[in-house]
Amino acid sequence: MTRLTILLAVVLSILLLVPLFLEKYVLGIFIMIFFYAYLGQSWNILTGYTGHISLGHALYVGVGAYTSTYLAQNYGLSPWIGMLVGGVFAVIIALFLGYLGFRFGLRGVYFVILTIAFAEITRLIVSHVEALGSFSGIFLDFNPSFWNFQFRGNVPYYYIALGFMVFSIIVVRILEGSRAGRFMVAIREDEEAAQALGVNAFKYNMIAIALSAFMTSLAGTFYANYIFYLHPDTLFGMALSIELILRPIIGGLGTILGPVLGSFILTPLSEISRAYFTKGGFEGLHLILYGIIAVLVVLFMPKGIIYYVKRWLNPVLRLDNRTYVYSEKGSEAEAES
Amino acid sequence: MDSTLALQLLIQGILLGGLYGLIALGLSLIFGVMGVINFAHGQMMVIGMYISYWIFALLGVEPYLSLVIVSAAIFVLGYVIQSSVVNRILDYPEAMQVLPLVAIGIILENTALLLWGPDHRSPHTAFSLDTIWLGEAMIDVSRLIAFSMAIIITFAIFIFLRKSNMGKCIRAAADNRMAATLVGINVSRINNFSFGLGAATTGAAGALLLPLMPLSPNLGHDFTLTAFIVVILGGMGNLVGALVGGLILGVAESMSTLFLPSTLKQVVSFGILIVIMLFRPQGLLGGKK
Repeated sequence: MTRLTILLAVVLSILLLVPLFLEKYVLGIFIMIFFYAYLGQSWNILTGYTGHISLGHALYVGVGAYTSTYLAQNYGLSPWIGMLVGGVFAVIIALFLGYLGFRFGLRGVYFVILTIAFAEITRLIVSHVEALGSFSGIFLDFNPSFWNFQFRGNVPYYYIALGFMVFSIIVVRILEGSRAGRFMVAIREDEEAAQALGVNAFKYNMIAIALSAFMTSLAGTFYANYIFYLHPDTLFGMALSIELILRPIIGGLGTILGPVLGSFILTPLSEISRAYFTKGGFEGLHLILYGIIAVLVVLFMPKGIIYYVKRWLNPVLRLDNRTYVYSEKGSEAEAES
Repeated sequence: MDSTLALQLLIQGILLGGLYGLIALGLSLIFGVMGVINFAHGQMMVIGMYISYWIFALLGVEPYLSLVIVSAAIFVLGYVIQSSVVNRILDYPEAMQVLPLVAIGIILENTALLLWGPDHRSPHTAFSLDTIWLGEAMIDVSRLIAFSMAIIITFAIFIFLRKSNMGKCIRAAADNRMAATLVGINVSRINNFSFGLGAATTGAAGALLLPLMPLSPNLGHDFTLTAFIVVILGGMGNLVGALVGGLILGVAESMSTLFLPSTLKQVVSFGILIVIMLFRPQGLLGGKK
């Protein structure tokens, strides 16, 4: 047990007990923290590890939300199963997008624009499909039961969202220690050099985008059954894609805890300032603040806040070099395999 | 199919395409020199439109005249953004280059929202209701003026880049930054100037667009995307390509309304984008890098 593990265990047990003491509004903020941490973590798998920037990840959230809701409303399928169906759809779309992009080694800006294009096309098409509610969106009926993924009060959602977040941390932790994860980092650092060393860049890019899309789409189902209203602009729009990437970048791209930390910092700030400024008639001011923070963090803390937190906690946690260079344990695993 | 309608749409497409070309020209110039994509491009244009709107509303000056002031203001905005933010991120990995510009876009869009509210505004400028009949097709005078001025500005910029000393420095910096530094060009000043110039062209386009469509703070996003598509169509960093791409996209979007509801016209442009990326990622006229 390292001290970091102990710290994380303590934090987790506090988070497990928190709902006993908090009122509904605060609980709602925590749910959004977990939700965005999960989304950021899912995005991090693609962009943080392989370096391919997606600015269209809202697409997968939307696919997840619409698929499970459509199946639940028309065929009575439980969202728990619909969630997985949505995941499969998201993977299919992601693989198609990945095939287009990675086949030609489209990097950087071209790939970014390809991802935006996919999200926007889907948004426009969904806006015109009558069965999916077209411009007016879909309202979900409230039938609380576990099978329906709908609950009274915020507490069940709190634990589900927390579970999602922990799940994503575990997935990324496993990925980072694995051979595939290491290949992805190699691709991020220099795709051509990685290929020259025999890494099948196309294959690992595809794995990363598929995994990332699958996980992102699961959050869509959660969103649908928590908010009870789906609208193409909020679910496929660029605003969500941007929301989703801010936290991992500010927290620390390509790290396990960066997206989580980013969400713990940014989400409460966003929720509270939005409520506060909108009440005061300053609509949009919270987003200005948001943008300024994003610019300042990138300019002055390009490695993400996690880097400074680690350095600051180092004397207590005795992380040594372990977290700067990806864990030594990983390299042993490499030697064994 | 109604041939008069088709002709009408073709003309409208060409006229709007000239403006698309002008917007994309700025984006292409910025990419050509700095290698960064200005994700705040459309939002800058919207700020230009608001400046133009207020000059018109308060002083009664037509957008075609206030264009000079608008361009100057947006030039300063671009210059400041480049010198304060973009110059510092030129050597960052791409993911880190994308975010600050996206964030600047958010800041600009919401500043417009905060200052001027979410309402749509459409000023009644001098020619906004005038039309000319060309055979059976009707042409809006304001569109025709906007198109002509867009073309004039585009060519003025070409000449500026070819002939003037500053223009030559910009092209040198775009070709090879290191070599330009070696022959004594102050590259970071050139960067500032190029970003300012790129921004100014989109500001000018904003002033020209003002009479053509209702103004609202969230207009920018769509124009940023349109400009991307045009630039990729014509070739990244290729300035003639921006004009050609703009005309093609304008016509394609306009003609698509023959078959599709007008709210779906962007699907056509994104479809073109994907096809181009598949078969000719360097753009129709070939790009830089």
